[in-house]
Parts: sequence; C-alpha cells; structure tokens
Amino acid sequence: MTLPPVNLGPPIAKRLSRLDVQIEANRCLNCYDAPCTRACPTSIDVPRFIGRIATGDLAGSAHTIMDANPVGASCARVCPTDQLCEGACVYNADENPIRIGDLQRYATDWAIDTGAILFSAGAPTGKRVAVIGSGPAGLAAARELARAGHAVTIFERDAEPGGLDTYGIVPFRLPAEIALWEAEQVRALGVEFRTGVTVGETISAETILAEYDAVILAVGMGAVPRLGIEGEDAAGAWDALDFIRIAKMGGDVGPIGSTVAVIGGGNTAIDAATCSRRLGVPSVTMYYRRGADRMTAYGFEIEFAKVEGVEFRTYTLPKRIVVENGRVVGLELISTADDGSARPLPGTERIVAVDTVILAIGQTRLVGLLDAFGVRHDVNGIAAVDELLCTSNPRVFAAGDVMFKPGGTDAMVVEAAQRGKQAAYSADLLMRTETR
Amino acid sequence: MADLSVDLGGIRSPNPFWLASAPPTNSGYQVMRAFAAGWGGAVWKTLALEPIVNVTSRFAGQNMGAYRMTGMNNIELITDRPLDENLREIAECKAKYPDRAIVASLMTECTRESWHELVRRCETVPIDGFELNFGCPHGMSERGQGAAVGQDPELVELITRWVKEAAHVPVIVKLTPNITDVRYTARAAAKGGADAVSMINTINSLMGVDLDTWLPIPHVDGKSSHGGFCGPAVKPIALNMVGACARDEGVGIPISGIGGISDWRDAVEFMLMGSSNVQVCTAVMHHGFRIVADMIDGLNNYLDARGIASVREIVGKTVPRFVDWNDLNLDYKIVARIDPESCIRCNKCYIACEDAAHQCIDRPADPRLAPVVDEAHCVGCNLCAMVCPVVDCIEMVRVDAGDTVHTWREKLSVPS
Repeated sequence: MTLPPVNLGPPIAKRLSRLDVQIEANRCLNCYDAPCTRACPTSIDVPRFIGRIATGDLAGSAHTIMDANPVGASCARVCPTDQLCEGACVYNADENPIRIGDLQRYATDWAIDTGAILFSAGAPTGKRVAVIGSGPAGLAAARELARAGHAVTIFERDAEPGGLDTYGIVPFRLPAEIALWEAEQVRALGVEFRTGVTVGETISAETILAEYDAVILAVGMGAVPRLGIEGEDAAGAWDALDFIRIAKMGGDVGPIGSTVAVIGGGNTAIDAATCSRRLGVPSVTMYYRRGADRMTAYGFEIEFAKVEGVEFRTYTLPKRIVVENGRVVGLELISTADDGSARPLPGTERIVAVDTVILAIGQTRLVGLLDAFGVRHDVNGIAAVDELLCTSNPRVFAAGDVMFKPGGTDAMVVEAAQRGKQAAYSADLLMRTETR
Repeated sequence: MADLSVDLGGIRSPNPFWLASAPPTNSGYQVMRAFAAGWGGAVWKTLALEPIVNVTSRFAGQNMGAYRMTGMNNIELITDRPLDENLREIAECKAKYPDRAIVASLMTECTRESWHELVRRCETVPIDGFELNFGCPHGMSERGQGAAVGQDPELVELITRWVKEAAHVPVIVKLTPNITDVRYTARAAAKGGADAVSMINTINSLMGVDLDTWLPIPHVDGKSSHGGFCGPAVKPIALNMVGACARDEGVGIPISGIGGISDWRDAVEFMLMGSSNVQVCTAVMHHGFRIVADMIDGLNNYLDARGIASVREIVGKTVPRFVDWNDLNLDYKIVARIDPESCIRCNKCYIACEDAAHQCIDRPADPRLAPVVDEAHCVGCNLCAMVCPVVDCIEMVRVDAGDTVHTWREKLSVPS
C-alpha cells in the first residue's frame, strides 16, 4: 500500500546516530535475569538484543525483539518505557538508564530498511484459525499461530491491517508504515488477510465458527461513546479516533477553526490535541474532569503535549456544546470537585468560544459481536476469559482491548501483543490436544 | 611538591615520564612539542646509518566495546629520515631543553664496525644515552636486526659489549617480550655492561581480519605482516617482566618500564615493581603529549598525600612481595561480601560465580533483594568483585585467623 503523504511535522523520536548506538549498546551491563526483561510484558530479552547490536548482529537483534514481541517496532515508539524496561534498568540509581526503546527502534529499523524476513511458518497442522481484528493483539496471535503451522485467516473491517497502530496513533508518534510492516511480516508467513470485511455484516459469526477450528477475538473496541450532552451532532463535533484517522491517512478534516477543545485525559485525547496543533490550530485546550494525576495518558505524552503548546484545564466538565447554524461555536463548562469524585459544582458554569470539540472519553464495547460468538461478558461489555484467555465458548479466545478491564496496565500496545501471543498458545494447545 | 627527578643508570631527567622510541619521537618538531608539554625525556625513534623505507598503512587499533585503542599494533619500522637530519634536530632539542633526557635508540647490522660507526656519529651531538633496539619484532628482524638479536642472549651480550666499547654515555638495552624467559636476555645485557635495561618492546601480533574483505588488518595493498602489539592491554605482561627482572639477582641493573602505561597510576605501579622511570607511547598516540601534565600532577599529589619526598623512594618497594607461587601462604582465606545498599541488582556476580566459579552466591526469591554470598563455600577468587560494575560494592574480607603461614614449598620441601 502506498500511503498518501501526511504533513503533520517531524517524528517525535530521533533516530540514534551510529555513535550514540555504539556508546549506548556498549554501556549495557548485560545483567543476568535482567530487570528490564522482567519489566517487559512480552519479556523481550533486552540484554541479548542490545548485545547483538553491539557486535553488529542486527539480524539477530531484530529477531530477538520481534520473536518476543510481534509488534516490537511499534512498541519501540509507543511504549511508556520509563514505566517498563527503562524504568527497571539498574542504571536508574544514577538516573541514566540505557535508552532501550531507542536501541529497539534502531534494530527494528534495520529490519524494516533491509526487508529482512525474520520468521517462517511451521509445518502445516491442517488446522484453521480465524483471527478477528488485526491490531497488536490480532497480529501477535496470527504470527504465533502461523509459526505453529496453523492456517490463519485475519478478518479486518478496515482497508489496511494494524488496527489502532495504523489508524489511531498520530503519525509523528507512530507512522502507519511501521504497523503495516509488522502486518507484512505476518503476511509473509502465509497468513491470509481479508481486509474490508466486517464480521457480523460481511460474514456472520456462525459461518466463522463453522469453518474454523478456533477463533481469536481481537476486535478491540468501538467508537468513542456519546457524552449525552446537547450539540454532539453539530458540525465541528468529532470522535477523536475519526479525527486522528482522517488526519493520519492524509485526508481532510475540513475547517476546524482557531480554537479546539479536546475532552478527555487519555493518550487518544493527547493525540487529538497534538494533532490539532500540528494542523495549525493556534489554541488547543484539553479539558479533563479530574486532576492531572488521574489522567490515563502516559507522563511523557502529557509532557510532549505541553511542549507542543497544548493547554490543560483539569477539574472541568463539558455541560453543553453551543451550536449556531448547525456548527459548533462554543462549549459550556462546569467545574468539578477536586476530591476525585468529578462531581459538578453548580454555579461555576461558563461558556468558552470554540470552533471544534473533539471527544476522547474512551471507547464503546462491541457487545453485539461478543454475543454473536457466544462469548459471555460483564455489564460493561468486557469479554470474560479464564487464565488461558479462553472465553465461555471453548473454541473462542480473546485478547487485547476486548478483554482488558480498565485500570492497571490495560490499553498498552505491548500488553495487547502479549495477550495475543497467549491466546495463540492456548488455541494451539486446544487444537494439538484434539489432534491426538 | 615532591621531587620527581629520577636517575636511570646515570641518565637524569626532571620527571620519570619519557617518551618511548616510537612515532611520537620521530622528529625534532614532535620532541620540542613534547618537552614544551612537560615530558622529562625522550627516546628518539630508532636511528640507523641509512634510512629505511616504510609502508602504508602502518597501525591498527584494538577496541573493546565503545572503548578505542585498548591496544594497538604497528608495522612501521625505524626512522625513514637521514641520520644527519635526526642528529641536527637532536642537537636543537637539547639546546633548547638541556634539562631533559634525550636518548638515541639505535639499530644497525650485527657487526662491531657498524655499531661503533653508529655510536661515533651519534656522539657528534650532545646526547644523554643510547637505547639499543633489540626488540622490534617486525620487519627489521627479517634483516637480522631488532628482535632477531634480542632473542639470542649471546648476541645481546656481544653487541652490548661492542657499544660499551665505543660509547661515552650510558647504554640501555631494550628487551623483547617475544621470548620464553626475559631474564636470560636481561642478564646477558647486564653481563655485556649495560647501564640499564628497558622493557618491554612490542609483542608479536596480528591485529585482525576484516569480516567483509577477509583481508588482514592493517593491510598494505591487500597483504599484511605480523606487527608489534602495545598499549593498555599489554600492561600486565610488561609488569610481570619488569618484576621478574627486578627480583632477579643476575640482572641487577636499573629498569626503565614500558608497556601500556597510560596515566600516573600505571607509572606508580611500574616504579613500585622496580622501574626507575617509565616510557610511554600508545597513550600519547591516543591523546597527544598533553597527558603528561596529568601524569605529573597525579604522581606529585600521590607522593605528597603520603609524605614521600622523592619519587625515587618508591622504586622497587613491591618487589619483595613478588615471589614464587610456592611461597604463597596457603592458610590465607578471604571471602566476598556484597553490600546490599550499593548493589544495583544486576546479578553479574551471581551468574559469574554460578557458571564460572564455585556456585556460592545465592539469589533471594525476591529479585528486589541483593544476592548473598555463601561464605562457607566461597574460595575468595575475586571474580564477583571483578565483574561488579559498582565500585566497592563487593568487598573481599579476610576470615582466617591470620596467625599461621603454610606454603607449598614447606609441604613438599621444595628447595627455593
């Protein structure tokens, strides 16, 4: 796929120079039972991949990374490394951890630039697996199932694979090419990608259940939910994921004016805000109903947004979108209590003039799809799984956002990849057990 | 300010730091710059009656990780400039820096007449001493010179005697390490009348092979030849040879220490092990002449901190402690102790002990806790402390009573 040119400014992360790589790779102590590896949800053998960089074995380094993490190139760019590998580095006592993320990017860039094929498919087992969704969890599951020898078909509703990595993260953080390369690595194992196919519409869940020996549900989540306030349907009111998708894919978001309000405190809200700034909007403000310490965006993302010129208003809740002639012209806000309850404080209402309102307050759950596969879920629409990520349907396994509960480390790309691997291993175990 | 002046077999210099005979002492221009920077002496790049022709390329570096030039090798030969030109520049340097030592390194064919002629011509300019190059392992050895001479004790003694017949200034014999036991050639030099020995010259080496071209490194139009290895990596080899000669009664003449000396600490070690002064090359090739200021400063502060008036007082102080293995105390017992406060939990000590030593470091089930030494089984090998990246985190602690000495020599009644 040739992507249209996207002009949203330079990437955030700079490539390490060869000198930086030499110094940084050789600074690694090669710890035993290394804390960085323990801190990685996919257990990448960090000292090993760094040591291989140091000796010039970039093929081995990239293999080490991608073996543990099928979306290791994306993770090199989006992981909150200060909370994971780099946060665990023994050099933290000196506040100078190894730049693991940047080194991981160096090695995976080598693989991307050289077109290296890192993995091969396993001997055919005769079993067929359907993977629904091709985001990090789906790609990871498909990759591991193909390496185990199963015939894998990925069903993807979008035109391109990669899920949120391709469409939902701003290009200056994660270019779509990276996620698409990771998908190509999976395709190279013989995995069939059926893109533009919406399960439940184009093909039914029953058909898939009938035709495949196992199913991996890695469908993620749906659109941003409605706030339930006046004016949400006006021109100039956006779902943040739609907004980012159009901007990232080189589309035209149309007139968004000089003042943008972003509602939410997560990484998608940050992306919508920084994306707006890079589209040339002079005034971009994020409104969050609790304090900054409760924002779910990574610390480094929040710092990045500040550097990009995004303003923050905490303890603030939108009450109404003011519309004139069918277009957004303002936003009525109300302050909230600072006790963490987000309780509105009557009498604090005020109206600010805005041209665009972008909602980034989480995502809806694809409950209908779960029901169609006979997968039990809780009242919030989160798929119920056992420790093997098996759902209430013994042939259906779930990984990624579809089974993550809010809180903890959910929604990390690296965590989704690990769950995808685990779901694949469980499905593999099921199919191999049946073969005997 | 301690007295840093030294005397090597009658050759005096204001400090113990000399430049070894090598590329940095190739010309008057360089030696002038060196003396301006503070070097106490210089051994001029080896002179001969007729200049030789050198090749391109000449050097190669050994790198460890990101650290450059832990060692280097060279296939450059002796001076490729006419003798008279070198002698004129020696005279100019001596006139400008009369307090510094200028020693001419010499090499010529193995005849009495040739050596007498070379000495006679060199003594037409003011010079403080000669150093006989019996050491260069490459090139000249194929012409029966350099190491070809230095590997034969009889030739060492003979040529030394020839030079002493003609010379009016002290004579140093520079020894090659490419020999089974350096004491034999050192004794031969002493027997021939040498005023001092210097060691070590470079070690036979091939630096590497290029993984892409499969050519040896360095190469000259696609071919290479063995060269001379030097720099920090050779220091332990040099120090052992210095110590071996310093404690040998058959040698009995002063030693000029050479081999990987890069800073004042290395210099102190060589002097404690019996060197009257030290010679430096690779560190200058890596960083330039300016490093001598730090060497002088560090040495001076070291001596002042210990109330030692003259650097000459430390020469050889460690030699009595350098003995045969048979004389080591078998009762001495130390064990490792890990400081959990400074430990950074890298587990390098654990895996080193587990895979390569005596399996006596235990890891608590909780990886946040520091490894612990099983002192009952620790043999005190030092490996854990060596691999530990944190300074002083692992301490080697004495645990024997300290009141008994038993040696292997006693056990077997080995005569000393």
